[in-house]
Amino acid sequence: MATVELRDIRKTYLKDEIIKGVSLTIEDREFVVFVGPSGCGKSTLLRMIAGLEDITAGDLLIDGRRVNDVEPAKRGLAMVFQSYALYPHMDVYKNMEFGLKLAGMPASERSAKIRDVARILQLEPYLHHKPGQLSGGQRQRVAIGRAIVRNPKVFLFDEPLSNLDAALRGQMRVELATLHRRLNATTIYVTHDQVEAMTMADKIVVLQGGVVEQVGSPLELYHHPRNLFVAKFIGSPPMNFIPVVVETSSTESVTVRLPDETFLDVPVDGSNTPAGTALTLGIRPEHVALDEPGLAGQVEIVERLGAATLFHIRLRDGQLLVAQSDGAADHPLDSGVSVGLPPRHCHLFGADGLALAAHARHPLLA
Amino acid sequence: MTTAARTGRVDRAGLAMLSPAVVILLIWSIVPLVMTLWYSFRNYNLVDPTLHGFAGIDNYRYLLTDPDFITSLINTLVLVAGVLFVSVGIGTLLAVLYDQEFFGRGIARVLVISPFFVMPTVAALVWKNLMLHPIYGVYSSMMRAVGLTPVDWLQQFPMATVMMIVAWEWLPFSVLILLTAVQSLDSEQKEAARMDGAGPVARFRYIIVPHLARAITVVIMIETIYLLTIFAEISVTTAGGPGVASTNLAFLIYARALLQFDVGGASAGGMAAIVIANIVAVFLVRAVARNLEV
Ligand SMILES: Nc1ncnc2c1ncn2[C@@H]1O[C@H](COP(=O)(O)OP(=O)(O)OP(=O)(O)O)[C@@H](O)[C@H]1O
Ligand SMILES: [Mg+2]
Repeated sequence: MATVELRDIRKTYLKDEIIKGVSLTIEDREFVVFVGPSGCGKSTLLRMIAGLEDITAGDLLIDGRRVNDVEPAKRGLAMVFQSYALYPHMDVYKNMEFGLKLAGMPASERSAKIRDVARILQLEPYLHHKPGQLSGGQRQRVAIGRAIVRNPKVFLFDEPLSNLDAALRGQMRVELATLHRRLNATTIYVTHDQVEAMTMADKIVVLQGGVVEQVGSPLELYHHPRNLFVAKFIGSPPMNFIPVVVETSSTESVTVRLPDETFLDVPVDGSNTPAGTALTLGIRPEHVALDEPGLAGQVEIVERLGAATLFHIRLRDGQLLVAQSDGAADHPLDSGVSVGLPPRHCHLFGADGLALAAHARHPLLA
Repeated sequence: MTTAARTGRVDRAGLAMLSPAVVILLIWSIVPLVMTLWYSFRNYNLVDPTLHGFAGIDNYRYLLTDPDFITSLINTLVLVAGVLFVSVGIGTLLAVLYDQEFFGRGIARVLVISPFFVMPTVAALVWKNLMLHPIYGVYSSMMRAVGLTPVDWLQQFPMATVMMIVAWEWLPFSVLILLTAVQSLDSEQKEAARMDGAGPVARFRYIIVPHLARAITVVIMIETIYLLTIFAEISVTTAGGPGVASTNLAFLIYARALLQFDVGGASAGGMAAIVIANIVAVFLVRAVARNLEV
């Protein structure tokens, strides 16, 4: 049982406010991922939860208890660092034992626990190796093991996989997800890898400049981004954006004029967007319909990824649009092509960056 | 065949290039060594030219049975061990302290390093006359100011005082080396220890000290080499006295050769010093080698 609650948490270094009022509730057993561009304050926020940084203002509650002034070790958390931070002069066993020993656990109990964790993490053959004699993935596992043995209420991870190569990262990602299901512990995970965020999270928190842009399930963020920033940040290849102007609008739908003077009827709430308002239309590459009536353009680049093919299409007005199609799709370079924009997949963003509310929810989210 | 011929030629060329350096090294180290060895078996006293010729092992016999020699040997080792203990012990604590953020840290660092730039003779003079002099010294006036009788350190505790002066000179060196080592400690490691529930003392004991182990061995090794041959401080402050209370091996040899003009006896002392230095070196190298492995 462990919930974490942040109430208007702020952090100021010298004069700069780095975290500008974050409020967030993390439920028991939830896997929460913080994502955001570099320098947005993800690590700072995590370190404040851990107790390694002072909280300038606001309240941090773990299991309903205010812990702002509680020592890191007494908060019932364990943290896995990006650099692993293993103790280099201690072997794997001693690394895992250190915290237990300081907590005054009897030796027999310690040993039982460590062997148990080592078995789960397949570290048994390495218990008496020093960290310097292990591979990156093994070190990562030791760091995770060191966190697990303490039986924490909450796990904190700060970009734990970013030092691993792509293949190992994929493997560790699956292991972490399995481990989370098995341990059922509340987890807060910082990353800037989208795939990690999308695949592992129950809930993603998108941060920018110390402000929470959106909180929601991965698909919620993907299909219903609250604003332009989230729409740009989530998804790879990123969403296409086309400037449009409102022709007519109602609460039921908004008709916009596309750059080529054609019209598109998007089913979103247009009550606050009178005719003539400039908006941004967003559409994900996989939703762009090739060879359907719509915008005309020319294929400029073809990226074949095997399972999918990305066509970079230069529109009449000079803008580049990316369309994703299946691996077998074939459009020669420089050939003319027409792309359709299915209205139900279109997002409209106002001048303030906020999305206009869509009427239909994605079927998986309904 | 051709490769052998070629390496032969290269070897010869290499030797020719190396030889000046080797020859200079030989002249510089081997010749004095051989001459010392030679004199140590001779009767050679500057005040008594009539006494000359081969002495056999007499010089060694006199030396080893001389109580002054034993005293000086013990003094040498006590001096080395004491200075190492003080400079490494306090140096470690200061290094950790100076790694923290505090107001005026830059100035404090310069101040702690500065004794290193003072010449040993000057340092010893400053301590002897400015600080500890029973009448004019700063320490003595301070003691008198509060109504206490100042201790005449150099008379009453000559070894401890010399040790303190030398430790004062060597502390900056160990602080300097250990501070850079402390700074190279990954801050995430300290934070991980904090998350593991380690307080300042446990972090010092289990994280910082093991991290410093190599740097400490390097400090010990370098300091030992210099501390075995301390001379200026003793010569300036106590001249080995009172009696031979603060005479170490280096000072004993000096006293034999240049105060008693017994070159033969002094040479025998020199040979003893070489043997002792080598014994210490063997132990040190072993300890260091063990410590430098990962
Ligand atoms: N000790 C500090 N003193 C002053 N500013 C700091 C300090 N630590 C972090 N910052 C600033 O706080 C901001 C957020 O840093 P933080 O490490 O949280 O970023 P991040 O989101 O984790 O980025 P990354 O993805 O690159 O790890 C940065 O602009 C950084 O310059
Ligand atoms: Mg970070």
